[in-house]
Amino acid sequence: MSITQHGHDGHDEQPHADTAGSDVVLREGEDSPERFPNPGFGPHRPRRSDVDPAANKRAERQVVALFAISILGTIGFITAYFAFPLGDSPQTLHRSNLTLGLGLAFALLGIGLAAVHWAKSLMNDHEKAEDRHAQRSSDQTRAEAVQVLKDGVEDSAIGRRGVLKGALVSSLALFPLTIALPLIGEVGEDWNVRKLKHTMWAKNKKLTIDPTGRPIKAADVTIGSVVHVIPEGLDETGAPLDEKAKAVVLLVRLDPRDIKSEQGEGWSYDGIVAFSKICTHVGCPVALYEQQTHHLLCPCHQSTFDVADGAKVVFGPAKRPLPQLPITVDDEGYLVAQSDFHEPIGPSFWERLR
Amino acid sequence: MSATTAPPSGKAARTADYLDQRTGIGTAVKEFARKIFPDHWSFLLGEIALYSFVTLLISGVFLTMFFVPSMAEVHYDGPWPTMHGVEMSEAFASTLRLSFEVRGGLLMRQIHHWAALIFMAAIVTHMMRVFFTGAFRKPRELNWVVGFVLLILGLAAGFSGYSLPDDVLSGNGLRITDGVIKAIPIVGSYLSYFVFGGEFPGHDIIPRLFTVHILLVPGLILALIALHLFFVVLHKHTQYPGSGRTNANVVGYPLFPIYVAKAGGYFFVVFGVIALMGATLSINPVWNYGPYDPSPVSAGAQPDWYMLFLEGSLRLMPGQTEYVLFGPDGYTLSLNVLIPAVVVPGVLFTLLALYPFVESFATGDKREHHVLDRPRNRPFRTAFGVSLLTAFFILVLAGSNDIIATHFHLSINDITWVFRFLFFLGPWAAFVITKRICLALQRKDRELVLHGHETGQIVRFASGEYIEVHKPLDAHERWLRVQHDPTRPIQIEPAEDSRGVRRKGYRTDRMRQRLSQLFYEDRVEPVTPAELEASHSHGEHDALGSDQEKAPAQLLGESAPTGGGTRLRPEDETGHGTRNR
Amino acid sequence: MKALAARRHDRRAPVVLLLLALLLTGALYAVLSPTSADAAPAAASADQVETGEKLFQANCATCHGPDATGTDVVPSLVGVGAAAVDFQVGTGRMPMQANGPQAPAKPAQFDEEQIAALAAYVAALGPGPAVPTAEQVDPALGDPANGMALFRTNCSMCHNAVGAGGALSQGKWAPNLWETTPTHLYEAMATGPQSMPVFNDATLTPDEKRDIIAYVDLQRESPPGGLDLGSLGPVSEGLWAWVIGMGLLIGAAVWIGARSS
Repeated sequence: MSITQHGHDGHDEQPHADTAGSDVVLREGEDSPERFPNPGFGPHRPRRSDVDPAANKRAERQVVALFAISILGTIGFITAYFAFPLGDSPQTLHRSNLTLGLGLAFALLGIGLAAVHWAKSLMNDHEKAEDRHAQRSSDQTRAEAVQVLKDGVEDSAIGRRGVLKGALVSSLALFPLTIALPLIGEVGEDWNVRKLKHTMWAKNKKLTIDPTGRPIKAADVTIGSVVHVIPEGLDETGAPLDEKAKAVVLLVRLDPRDIKSEQGEGWSYDGIVAFSKICTHVGCPVALYEQQTHHLLCPCHQSTFDVADGAKVVFGPAKRPLPQLPITVDDEGYLVAQSDFHEPIGPSFWERLR
Repeated sequence: MSATTAPPSGKAARTADYLDQRTGIGTAVKEFARKIFPDHWSFLLGEIALYSFVTLLISGVFLTMFFVPSMAEVHYDGPWPTMHGVEMSEAFASTLRLSFEVRGGLLMRQIHHWAALIFMAAIVTHMMRVFFTGAFRKPRELNWVVGFVLLILGLAAGFSGYSLPDDVLSGNGLRITDGVIKAIPIVGSYLSYFVFGGEFPGHDIIPRLFTVHILLVPGLILALIALHLFFVVLHKHTQYPGSGRTNANVVGYPLFPIYVAKAGGYFFVVFGVIALMGATLSINPVWNYGPYDPSPVSAGAQPDWYMLFLEGSLRLMPGQTEYVLFGPDGYTLSLNVLIPAVVVPGVLFTLLALYPFVESFATGDKREHHVLDRPRNRPFRTAFGVSLLTAFFILVLAGSNDIIATHFHLSINDITWVFRFLFFLGPWAAFVITKRICLALQRKDRELVLHGHETGQIVRFASGEYIEVHKPLDAHERWLRVQHDPTRPIQIEPAEDSRGVRRKGYRTDRMRQRLSQLFYEDRVEPVTPAELEASHSHGEHDALGSDQEKAPAQLLGESAPTGGGTRLRPEDETGHGTRNR
Repeated sequence: MKALAARRHDRRAPVVLLLLALLLTGALYAVLSPTSADAAPAAASADQVETGEKLFQANCATCHGPDATGTDVVPSLVGVGAAAVDFQVGTGRMPMQANGPQAPAKPAQFDEEQIAALAAYVAALGPGPAVPTAEQVDPALGDPANGMALFRTNCSMCHNAVGAGGALSQGKWAPNLWETTPTHLYEAMATGPQSMPVFNDATLTPDEKRDIIAYVDLQRESPPGGLDLGSLGPVSEGLWAWVIGMGLLIGAAVWIGARSS
């Protein structure tokens, strides 16, 4: 047995019966004749560094070498910091990152490996045992604790004074309103959720190319083309990103004979159809247009919409078609919107149809 | 006052004296400095989590020196060629600045992000270790819950930090979050306004996430880590079964100096490995994605790995389940979003959080446990855990279906369909297979204990009979295989007492019995000394080996009860020796 | 594709590619010498068209028909222009070897002269986009920042943020762009091969196309942070966090937990 100090053989141990709770059994049933006895600790096997002074010396040298590697790592880091400026090309940035990182890694790994190696090969490796005690406090302690609480309740007399108790509870329950009210009042800006139902598209609003803002002539859109579209004047709005998040549109020209259905009569122009780019599932931009199949695929969750068939869902987790933007051309041949979308764009929300 | 003893000499002693006179630290040092911790590699998994968290704090503080959590628009004028003059938020611009214009900044950013991935991975593996070894049993159920909350906080920390650079990839992640929030019935749109300060994306989300990421969540994590570790000290660490290890002791090495060196050293190893990754592996190069803009999106749009299961769950759900309630112009209920994004993770996490309580209810086991289970000895638990992990893993794969499609030249639609079925079949198959494997391993243990090791030695008797000599296990080898408690389903009192009065609580007991049968109906019990004795007496060839370890001769008595409740008593012994089904 | 990704960061790759691209475009330029992108194959000699027709009848007519008008499932080549031929044949996508969701890139089946002849023949069938000039595809002349803005709006949803490629529906895919020559990049945008939509000169002006080429060209340089892990985003990062990070750390834990010999 190698347990010496405050250790002892496991199976000689007595149960800690002072904690009389019936559900506390610290010992397994090893004294039962049904069970095998715990054989106690096995023999201790010495390490090479315990018996061989040369091995011991070698281990010590290895630990020292590892610490030395750490010091070299730190020196390397400092050198790299001064020797390699960041520059402005990926190569110089890469060089700086790599040398600093390797210096840091060596500085850290050297210390870590040295400490562990020291503990494993040079420090005393005799296992020790410590007793456990049940978590539960003794019955006497419990009784005393209960009495302490009882005394406190008695002193405060809260049990007898109902009105006082009520007043205490009410004031404690009410005061958080002073923080919550202004917070809730202001945290959602104006709380006008009706804004979710409208975009900045309007009658005669020109369709322009994202991100350059060039207006689009219908004649310039060839069959098989796809154009990512924003409304004209987006940048002049108060919150361009908020508006863009609702207003982005995907414009596609199909062979008019390929169009199977549309969401509204006359909403397309000569095979040019425009659909909201915001997925009706959870709002990713649906932008992968496959020219041959007329399918639009969402890269986030793979909802697939058939552009030739009113953007109906053919696969994936979306339910509703992408809303179609009614378009036409103005006098100069530029594509313009006929109106806003006829339904809220993007993901479903509870009151979207109200 | 005890300060009347001779004044201490030496600098260290004087410092100690100064401190002790003011804090009484001597008591704590005496109590804790030589505290025993058991040694096992799997006990270090939690330390990886702790140390990667420290790494996160160190690198995170560095990053906050340079990061500007603002969504105000600026034009980039730094060195990165593909960003010249691009309009972007200050958050994104400052991310680029700290990557390209602060020496060591890119390294710290990469270390921070790698550490976050490692942190979550370590939490998950640590939790797996605790689960499969039954370390969550009494008295550690509360610490399991603390650990579970830490897991959730880790997800929150990761997600909020991932979104801070305000790039296209994380911005689309926020947009998906917004879509999920909006799908919540009745209050969805208002909750979305609450989070984003008005319409998506607004101007508030980055500063808000910043506060969540650097103050709220890490503060809570720190507090809960302190509680987690306090519980570890209070309960003393569990230990694996082995010779000399009992429920009443803890066997291992003292904190000082062994664990100061080993655990302290391991901190440097963890930080060092993460630094190595930060030096050599590029992570989240936001300049490739560009500043957030609601229009673009890139292929491979995925969250970090720990959120990937949610992404997979959203990808697998068929879309038909969106309904309009109360008439054609009624209210929209998006079950196609709510089921994958709220119900599925809700069920997975609830099962995880409540498992210790379910198990103790089902088994009626109210005793303290400090010796860990070998996973094979608890087939139901092990199979259940593997089954939960399988579900999680299938969702993770489903969240990577586009990468799988391009790398294995498969159709993304086919993959999605396969995973839709696998999500239901996989966990079930994993459960059945794991349980069979556990039972088989237990039988192998029994076999080994009863018949010993094969030696390959053939002996011919005078009678001409040939036998192979089996070498019996020595007491230490055997102990590992017989130390565990036999488990049996609990039995309950009948519904009516002797006078035919229906008793209260019968229904609960009935449910409990059913659950318990689920846990313990199929079982292999450990070899008893009597069984070993019996196998020796009619298998005399085994006795040829060095069988000096005779088991105690006493046989049978009242068995130790598995169930602890007063009305609950163990199943009758007769006819249930080792019932295997 | 994976092999391409692995070789992408060879230091010499950009130089070699650039040289190859210049050589190829130079050769094409010498052969075709068009005056502008929109100019029809005016400069193609009658000889070339004749050679091209012979090649076409021998190698392409089986599917596309003797008069190149295609069938229900095979596209007509009338009006696709020289650029389409140079891209499809030059990247080895045509002639197709087997039916599949999509024609994969493979080593080109014809030499440059033959491709030029084929292109001249198809261009003669009807007006279409011409092969771009060397100047039109010179990355050095483009603005990579503008290219980035255009790339992420028009290209990155399919080809990934840096052109690593991505999945489309039903087994189709958007290929990796790192090994594609600038000329082929330009031609792909102009002609919209297979699933890819067309980006004509109104949607993306020739200058904008060159900006995109400049952006893609920059992606051939090694990233500042270290190995790019395929540039696939968080999935590959997560995988390596587990394999390398957790692998090394658990390995270290096993070492710490094991008794010293």
